[in-house]
Amino acid sequence: MIQPSDERRPPITPQLAMRVAILGGFALAMFAIVFFRLWFLEVLSGDQYLAQAQVNRVRDVSIAAPRGEMVDRNGKILVENRRAIAVVVSPPKLPADPAARERLLIRLSHVIGDSTRPQPCKVGRDRTPRIEVDCLIRKDVYQLPYADVTVKMAVPRAVTNYLAERAQEFPGVSIPQVFLRSYPYKSVGAQLFGTVGQISGKQLHEDHYRGVRGGTVVGQAGLEYTYDQYLRGHDGATRVQIDALGQQKGYLRQRPPVPGRNLRLSIDVGLEQAGQAALTTGIGLANANGNPARAGAFVALDPRNGEVLAMGSAPSFNANLFARPLSDRVYRQRFGPGTGDPLVNRAISADYPVGSTFKIVTAAAALATGIITPSTPYTDNGTFSIGAQVRHNAGGASYGTVTLRDAIKVSVDTFFYRLGQMLNADPVQHPEGGQLQAWARKFGMGAQTGIDIGGEHSGTIPSQRWRDMRDREERACRKRNHGNPCGLSDFRDWSVGDNVSLAVGQGDFLATPLQMAVAYAAIENGGTIVKPHVGLQVADRYGRVLQKIDPKPARHIDIPNLDAIQQGLHAAATEAGGTSADVFAGFPKPVFGKTGTASFSNKPDQSWYVAYVPDAQRPIVVAATIESGGFGAEAAAPAVRLILSQWFGVKKEVKTGSSRTL
Amino acid sequence: MSATPIQRSVDEVTRTQRGARLLLDPWLLLATLGLILCSVVTLKGATRNDIPGQPLFFFERQIGYAVVGLLLMGLLARFDYSRLREFTLPIYGLLIGLNVLVLGLGSVARGSRRWINLPFFQFQPSEIGKVLLVVALAGFAVDRARRLGERPTTVRLMLLALGPAALVMIQPDLGTALVYVALALTILFVAGTSGRQLGGLVGLFAVATVLVLVVAPAAGVHVLQPYQVERLTGFVNPSHDPANATYQINQSLIAIGSGEKVGRGIAHATQTGLNFLPEHHTDFIFSVVGETYGFAGAALVLSLYALMIWRILRIITLAKNLFGALIAGGILAMLMFQVFVNAGMTIGIMPITGVTLPLMSFGGASYLTTFIALGLLQSIHVQGRIAQTSKGRALVLS
Repeated sequence: MIQPSDERRPPITPQLAMRVAILGGFALAMFAIVFFRLWFLEVLSGDQYLAQAQVNRVRDVSIAAPRGEMVDRNGKILVENRRAIAVVVSPPKLPADPAARERLLIRLSHVIGDSTRPQPCKVGRDRTPRIEVDCLIRKDVYQLPYADVTVKMAVPRAVTNYLAERAQEFPGVSIPQVFLRSYPYKSVGAQLFGTVGQISGKQLHEDHYRGVRGGTVVGQAGLEYTYDQYLRGHDGATRVQIDALGQQKGYLRQRPPVPGRNLRLSIDVGLEQAGQAALTTGIGLANANGNPARAGAFVALDPRNGEVLAMGSAPSFNANLFARPLSDRVYRQRFGPGTGDPLVNRAISADYPVGSTFKIVTAAAALATGIITPSTPYTDNGTFSIGAQVRHNAGGASYGTVTLRDAIKVSVDTFFYRLGQMLNADPVQHPEGGQLQAWARKFGMGAQTGIDIGGEHSGTIPSQRWRDMRDREERACRKRNHGNPCGLSDFRDWSVGDNVSLAVGQGDFLATPLQMAVAYAAIENGGTIVKPHVGLQVADRYGRVLQKIDPKPARHIDIPNLDAIQQGLHAAATEAGGTSADVFAGFPKPVFGKTGTASFSNKPDQSWYVAYVPDAQRPIVVAATIESGGFGAEAAAPAVRLILSQWFGVKKEVKTGSSRTL
Repeated sequence: MSATPIQRSVDEVTRTQRGARLLLDPWLLLATLGLILCSVVTLKGATRNDIPGQPLFFFERQIGYAVVGLLLMGLLARFDYSRLREFTLPIYGLLIGLNVLVLGLGSVARGSRRWINLPFFQFQPSEIGKVLLVVALAGFAVDRARRLGERPTTVRLMLLALGPAALVMIQPDLGTALVYVALALTILFVAGTSGRQLGGLVGLFAVATVLVLVVAPAAGVHVLQPYQVERLTGFVNPSHDPANATYQINQSLIAIGSGEKVGRGIAHATQTGLNFLPEHHTDFIFSVVGETYGFAGAALVLSLYALMIWRILRIITLAKNLFGALIAGGILAMLMFQVFVNAGMTIGIMPITGVTLPLMSFGGASYLTTFIALGLLQSIHVQGRIAQTSKGRALVLS
């Protein structure tokens, strides 16, 4: 009955059975592959993928730690922090499409108030003009790839609100809280503190910054640099859960930021202010005398331990200027040519001829070598001859028969010329110079004192060897300069005249005000060459002292008959006829001081005064100098009186001296 | 002579009415229900935060689709699929018509024009087209049953499949176009086309693939959109470019791998919960299973598919006629292709093509298509069983 038709087929043919079996086999093979792959992914390497899933979903948002504060020796705040919001760009998260990136940066520039006009921009060899923000980002990325770039410090609240509400429209832009340095005393001691800034790629590899992560703000100069390891805090982080769009979906945990330690300085802010004011007064006095003084410096030390009680340099600047990035224009205006280099701390970074203030070194060398005793008489007739050369006392004075004490008191140049002549050593046998150079070195000249603020100059102690070095430099320079003289050397050999000049702090000798203060501290304290320091204590934020900063003295020198020098200095400042006696007339404390007037061939004399006041509780050494300030008694000495008045709580009186000694 | 067929058909009708439910393939039904359960459970966890305030949005809709789909499947199971043979040409016409219509009327989503907006749902002709093509091709094949295996028949069937495949391709919906080709090849295979001809066809497709992916772009002709090429080739080296083209593969691998043996649970499945896994309710739902329920969960889902495929293979052998066997073969290809391409994509051994996972992925069009296919399978099973028993009786009678 069953008729085979097109739609009827006989029950399963062997061919169909075969083909179904092939399909089944194929399915089996595919299932096997998928199962094995699943087994491999989930069971064999599941932990790796689990770790990747964790990395996927968490992001650490850094929380800046405030740097430690700096306070003066009495706890007054000199450097503190101000909270601000920065605008930070994370270059890898910016849109990859150049056009979209450009649009975003232009919009960001509008928001933060930057120019959107392309400006010249040099990044490596690329000189394509770019808008300000883009240029900044490219420059930073060129130096330190993958690091975040701060495009604006301290933006107004309106800007942060705008950006926070539109976070999605500004991919790669974040607005973290940052801490900016703030200086309540503005220009007072501005050169001491130094600067902070984001760590550079090179610095990341330096031992000084060991353990610092990229992007951290670290001390770059001055005290901020020296004590960076204490002042720097540890940035914290908030770990948040994010979704695929990078939006925060939950808070996981927080590692709180650890603020930096506080640094107590040996500075007394009152003395610091008085010192700055005294420099201004000294400059004013010099100007009144017709001297074109503009700049100067002072240092006040505790002669017992080298604590820097005050240190200042004029002209100064408002330290708050550096809290945020300066535009090139503002920088040039404030610190460019013609501004008198306010950034230079002249107390440690300027090499000056020191004039007669050097005479204590000559005296010490002479006493120590025994060429004179305190009572050796010397008859001054106002002139001193070396070969054909005749030198005179300043102002052509003649003092008759004097001993060392009187020679210091009235600053008899011929007396010290004579000592310089006697102390001269044969330049061939002693290329490093004789006892005069040796004693200058003993007092700490010609080398850095090791103060903890960096940027220190070491000065110059001239000798045959030094002349040879200058000759080599001159030759090398002339080679570069197509044979034109560079003025470094005149290729003259060391002569006795050079030593005679050195004996009165002239010629090629150079020193910093700090070196002079250290030398006079040694006269006060009986020969200890202290190591000056500005840092005093490291304390935590509750004021507990964690570390005392009390560096060991560099050395002790033995000065025989030291009291003869001390008497001379005391007489100079107190006895009638002393070079600075009229300046300190009526001062209630015993002042020991020496004027100095350093001559230049091409500009007005530089005014110097270095003094100390021995005191059981508050001994102090002060060195002050006014560039182009004229005679020591005219400008520097009155400034020192003002500083000492502040220190001892005495009424400040400006008294100028009439001494015309060098 | 004239009475006998009537008698038998009456007999058949009564049987069908009485015992149709019993004659459904219980294992196929079990696999179907099991996968629906897996789908709704997975969707409930994975999409709870997708639409704020409506944690059950996808869950409820998927249950709705499942209920409608099961009813549709039940209806189709009672219906003798053999009647569809008469409508081969209209069905094929509908297939072409719908796919042309979508090009004109369709709404554009993510660069593709695949959907037609109807008052209650979006209608995706390329999905339903899969079943239409299976039935139409089976019908055409049976029309030429005596000349099956001859080259002109093979070529004609292949061209009939390639027409709609090309229409789907320009929507563009590359994945579905590939499904069309795969099911056509399988229908030819089940119909008994010789190995040489099939081999030739496969070789032809290989050459075409090389032309489209390598030669044409080199010559400046872009048959595929660049994103399609990247997706097709990206799986070869997924860690090459994590930000763009292969981002999805990487995230999927991380999701599945992080599930380990028994999964991270709904609350801790961060790849899904935080949207790292793209399209986690549709194309990448298998990754969600892998992350949330681990190897155990993924293996269960795969086992249900294995069960389903085993039953379909059996239904091919049970079919009462060639038409049924070819339809079952086509549906087998359609489901197998989707399962392996989709699961393979999520575990990084297949390219990303946008092929959904049958019964697991969210989506009305895909769900209904699958249920129609399953209904047809059940119908073939029911008819096959009836034919077996009646055939036995007929033999006894004669």
